[in-house]
Amino acid sequence: MARTPAELVGAQPGPPFRITFDGRPVTALPGQSVAAALWGAGILAWRTTRVGGRPRGAFCGIGQCYDCLATINGEPNRRACLVPARPGDAITTQEGHGRAALGV
Amino acid sequence: MPLSASEPYDLAVIGAGSAGLAGAVAGSELGLSVALLDTSAQTGGQFYRAPAPTLGAVRPEALHHDWSAYTDLRRRLARSDVRHLPGHHVWSVTKGDEEGVGGGAGDGLWAVHAVTGADGSGERPVRVRARAVLLATGAYERQLPFPGWMLPGVVGAGGAQAMLKSGLVLPGRHVVVAGSGPLLLAVASSLAAAGARVPAVVEASGYLRYARYPRALATNPHKAAEALIHGAALLRHRVRVRVRSAVTEVHGTDRVEAVTVTRLDRDWRPVRGTGRRIACDALAVGHGLVPQIELATALGCATRPLSDGTRALALDGLQETSVRGLWAAGETGGVGGAQLARLEGELAAVTVAARVLGRPAHGGRVRELRRRRDRMRAFADAMAAVHAPGRGWPRWLTDDTDVCRCEEVTAGRIREAIEDLGARDARSVKLLTRAGMGWCQGRMCGSAVACLATRGHTAEPPAERRPFATPVPLSALAALDGPAAPLATEPGGPADEPGGRTTTASGPDASPGDG
Repeated sequence: MARTPAELVGAQPGPPFRITFDGRPVTALPGQSVAAALWGAGILAWRTTRVGGRPRGAFCGIGQCYDCLATINGEPNRRACLVPARPGDAITTQEGHGRAALGV
Repeated sequence: MPLSASEPYDLAVIGAGSAGLAGAVAGSELGLSVALLDTSAQTGGQFYRAPAPTLGAVRPEALHHDWSAYTDLRRRLARSDVRHLPGHHVWSVTKGDEEGVGGGAGDGLWAVHAVTGADGSGERPVRVRARAVLLATGAYERQLPFPGWMLPGVVGAGGAQAMLKSGLVLPGRHVVVAGSGPLLLAVASSLAAAGARVPAVVEASGYLRYARYPRALATNPHKAAEALIHGAALLRHRVRVRVRSAVTEVHGTDRVEAVTVTRLDRDWRPVRGTGRRIACDALAVGHGLVPQIELATALGCATRPLSDGTRALALDGLQETSVRGLWAAGETGGVGGAQLARLEGELAAVTVAARVLGRPAHGGRVRELRRRRDRMRAFADAMAAVHAPGRGWPRWLTDDTDVCRCEEVTAGRIREAIEDLGARDARSVKLLTRAGMGWCQGRMCGSAVACLATRGHTAEPPAERRPFATPVPLSALAALDGPAAPLATEPGGPADEPGGRTTTASGPDASPGDG
């Protein structure tokens, strides 16, 4: 019986690469979304809400709920479940609307 | 594969899942020029979501039911002249003032407006013009809130399935699957096959209710067989299915540590004193699917209420909506699964071809498609009735349970809007509380808010008209300025003049004119 999803489908992925989450290294596989790479590292939350400051991550998994918004390479409000991970990506926890620098 | 100057296209298909793929390839095989737009980099939609090629899955079918039906469509697409436009997020469909197939003076071509890129943040907006449009936008999951559902580790059942199918990842090691609907069994058996422990599947309805629809069951034996396959997989993995029960609370501070499962009465009211704690590190939850129809309702298409409280597009016997020239297939007409979606996509394509090419459709083919479609639709309607949420579910909400995830609006504030301020529909609740006003445009909380506002007495009101089906940067709107300005930025760009270019763009960020 398969012990991992990759074993179940007989995955032979290209070489893994490194991204970072809040500065910590995370290993991603080519073809994974940012959210999938984070789940793969056991990370389930990468945003705090605007009102309560509470942690959120991927929920609907198909780009509909916008709960998985993350700051990717400095750009906030990217849907992590849709955006493919690329070598060297710096993912940071998005706080609130992600544009604190604008002072709004 | 060079194309002749096919802009405007005969047919623009929105969505490359089962319905859209079937419609696009059938239309192309009948001689139509077809553009196929989809948000994803790959075809297949949600049901046939698969890992990206670079993940090198040798056996993608291990996570799928009826995979060969998809590979057959994919093969036909590759052989066809269909122009596949991946990474295209359609935000609006409008009617222009040129000659279309609507008939009569003033009827024009359709314009399909899209933003591009993996998440729609690409630089280049696109407009595709076509004589007919087939909406095959599928469905999204219905959610009903409960205390703790905002904790990281609580994910949509379909979301867990999607992340597993495309990213080969799991939300946890011990995943409870809960909610209602046939999707739960499929999700639980996939998760278990992929190595997760599934401590319980928690279904709010009872499967025995299917016995009330003997005719729909008897004429759709493939559906019973599909349930048996999932049932056998669950037995093999020793997964326990608890019916007439719900997760009524999630425990944990920063992430899921356990859930409380409570027995429900016939109306889904929790039965006091029956709560049982189950340890887990993730919960996959969903209460059926909601047809994704906002592009159509924005155009004024008629809808019909379904017995599970959702709304689908009202279609004629040949898949056309109430707006002439606009067809729909698959879950947009009521959730019925991939096989029904393929049939409807093909039937729509046959009808579009007859209209656009001005020659009669093959009568035998149409009759056979309609016969099979009607049989499967009967099963879909039975399924919606079996898993319709009971009126008592709001009893498991506490005043501080968030109902709207985007705007963080609690059940207490929504009750206040209803009981103290007199709101009687979701729109009034939204205006008073901001519930449904956030990023997701009410997709996650809409069903729950409507149910609370009408106190479960009536079906949801017709969908609100919202001008944008997906977030659109101001720059894309600015590009609309002036009727003469083409939306594609390059001269002779693909949205205006696809002739002489390759038919398939290579990646989510690739513009259709690359190549």
